[in-house]
Amino acid sequence: MTDLIHPGLIFILGALPIPLLSGSIRKAYLLLIPALAILAVLAMQPGSYGEMQFIGQEVLIAKVDKLSIVFATVFTIMALIGTVYALHLPHADQHVAAFVYVGSALGVVFAGDYLTLYLFWEGMAFASAYLVFAQGGRQAVAAGFRYLMVHITGGVALLGGIILHGLATGSLLFGPIEGGMGVGAYLILAGFLLNAAVPPLNAWLTDAYPEATVTGAVFMSAFTTKTAVYVLARAFPGTELLVWLGTAMALYGVIYAVLENDCRRLLAYHIVSQVGYMVAGVGIGTEMAVNGATGHAFAHILYKALLFMGAGAVIYVTGRRKLTELGGLYKTMPMTVALYMVGAFAISAFPFFSGFVTKSMVVAAAGQDHRALVVLALTMASSGTFLHTGLKLPYYMFFGTDQKLEAREPPGNMLVAMGMAAVLCIAIGVFPQMLYALLPYPVDFEPYTGVHVTESLGVLMFTALGFVLFLKALDPENTISLDTDWFYRKGARVFMWIAEKPLARYEKAVSDVSETAALPFLHGAARAGLRIDLTGVDAIVNGVARSILRGGGALRRLQTGVVTHYVLAMIVGVIAAVAVFAVAWR
Amino acid sequence: MIKRVVDFFGDEEYARQRRRLFYLVLVLIAIADFLVSREHAEYLWDRLPGWSAVYGFGSCVLLIFVSKFLGHQGGLMRREDYYD
Repeated sequence: MTDLIHPGLIFILGALPIPLLSGSIRKAYLLLIPALAILAVLAMQPGSYGEMQFIGQEVLIAKVDKLSIVFATVFTIMALIGTVYALHLPHADQHVAAFVYVGSALGVVFAGDYLTLYLFWEGMAFASAYLVFAQGGRQAVAAGFRYLMVHITGGVALLGGIILHGLATGSLLFGPIEGGMGVGAYLILAGFLLNAAVPPLNAWLTDAYPEATVTGAVFMSAFTTKTAVYVLARAFPGTELLVWLGTAMALYGVIYAVLENDCRRLLAYHIVSQVGYMVAGVGIGTEMAVNGATGHAFAHILYKALLFMGAGAVIYVTGRRKLTELGGLYKTMPMTVALYMVGAFAISAFPFFSGFVTKSMVVAAAGQDHRALVVLALTMASSGTFLHTGLKLPYYMFFGTDQKLEAREPPGNMLVAMGMAAVLCIAIGVFPQMLYALLPYPVDFEPYTGVHVTESLGVLMFTALGFVLFLKALDPENTISLDTDWFYRKGARVFMWIAEKPLARYEKAVSDVSETAALPFLHGAARAGLRIDLTGVDAIVNGVARSILRGGGALRRLQTGVVTHYVLAMIVGVIAAVAVFAVAWR
Repeated sequence: MIKRVVDFFGDEEYARQRRRLFYLVLVLIAIADFLVSREHAEYLWDRLPGWSAVYGFGSCVLLIFVSKFLGHQGGLMRREDYYD
């Protein structure tokens, strides 16, 4: 750490004093940290920082190059926007969790080796899970547990892959996987694909995000999947499998979005769909495709956050989240409608909005690579994107049947945050050169050609025609959709049944045997042991036991049984570990 | 100003104007698609004016009905208390 201020550490260490501050001092402090992080990213110079040896392995805390800088730039900007959106929150714990989450995401983005990457990867999982738990209520806590379980499983796969890969290649440095794909490489890929929410490993996202707090979901929509896109772009560019997974994913998301009734779950399915473009871009692997994937991740973070903020504002004001229960809000929330629509135009790739200059780069790269099927599928997914986020969701949320809900505009800070994201969505669309200059490779792509504009508008506006004609078929229904989480949600029940019925019976049979046959023998042995024990060992043991008992009593008082306390304790642990790490490392 | 634009898209009284504007936009886009130059056409459909309109409309309809089919006939849509 010679001349690098790690923006991730700014967030993680910066999270520590938050509970000690209050009122407007805390608000100013909350804004200061992301602002400092943005400056730290702007001041970064490409290079390697924090090289050292750890358990005989080469560790590289930060490797800075163009690819990591793009992601860090948008992550820190997003952190600022998300913090503004959450500024009214009185709960220090949620701010801490959000900052640790952002810091961990930045830690992954700069990780130069797999151990550092893994450490921050897990930090991200725990901190983001807290944002789901913080919502409270049975549904959210259950979803949070499922989220955590899935991510821990993915983390184990990743760690296994890292170890196998490290043994095979003799290095833990994080970079493109070279040579053949071994078991280790596939496990690493599986861990990454899980965080990118690639079907069938996507259900954690659409299960948990809609259950998170209004402000927490905004953070979540930005970081986990996009760090996964980053690590895929770093380690697996040009992997053919990713092209097809990404393309399938783009369509998978829009198909489910048709069925969805929960406004934020619909948006979550569109994360799956949009990340599909990025995964496909990484899979194509040409310079233009990786540029497209990176640029699209940049634009996506901003417009998706804007959409989540809009839906969050509706939930915040009305307390309702189902499209069947919403409608007619445009009268009371015109600003929210307008800002949401900017996000909707951006995700749908309307000219002069950010999606237009980034999504088309991925599609054009697929075209240049002679992948006609991918081009057609991704164009179809674009149609679906506009159909849902641009037409269906706003229609049923803001217009449609007036449900006579009492509503008003959300607090000023929420509108300001949405405004910031909206300005960036338009700025990127109007001045794409700003974004193109940040991308990892030189850009040779002109989005604003006559044919591209008319074709995009053709696809989008005739999608709108389909929407108008078949509006009745799209009416939201009071249902939930089965996704791959069915396997572990129902599977867990089978597991519990086995644990309760056959296993319990088996255990009883075993204990019957032991009582009749083994017990008399054990009794004799125990008596002999007792004699030895009473005379010699007891004195020592008693002393130890008393102290343990005392410690146990203290521990018992800590065991509150409240999940959020445990997660908070884990987060504090992570922070402490990082703090020790940072100090020792200097 | 923003409120007036939003109201235009919501209020019943503007329904006719909205519809006219919408169809006008559709016609203009279709005409424009015939006028732009298509030098770098890579695929067959790139050379067909109006293709994008047909494809967009077709995609939209296909997505709606395939998804709803999967939801209703394929059993993906369930009652809300399905997991309880």
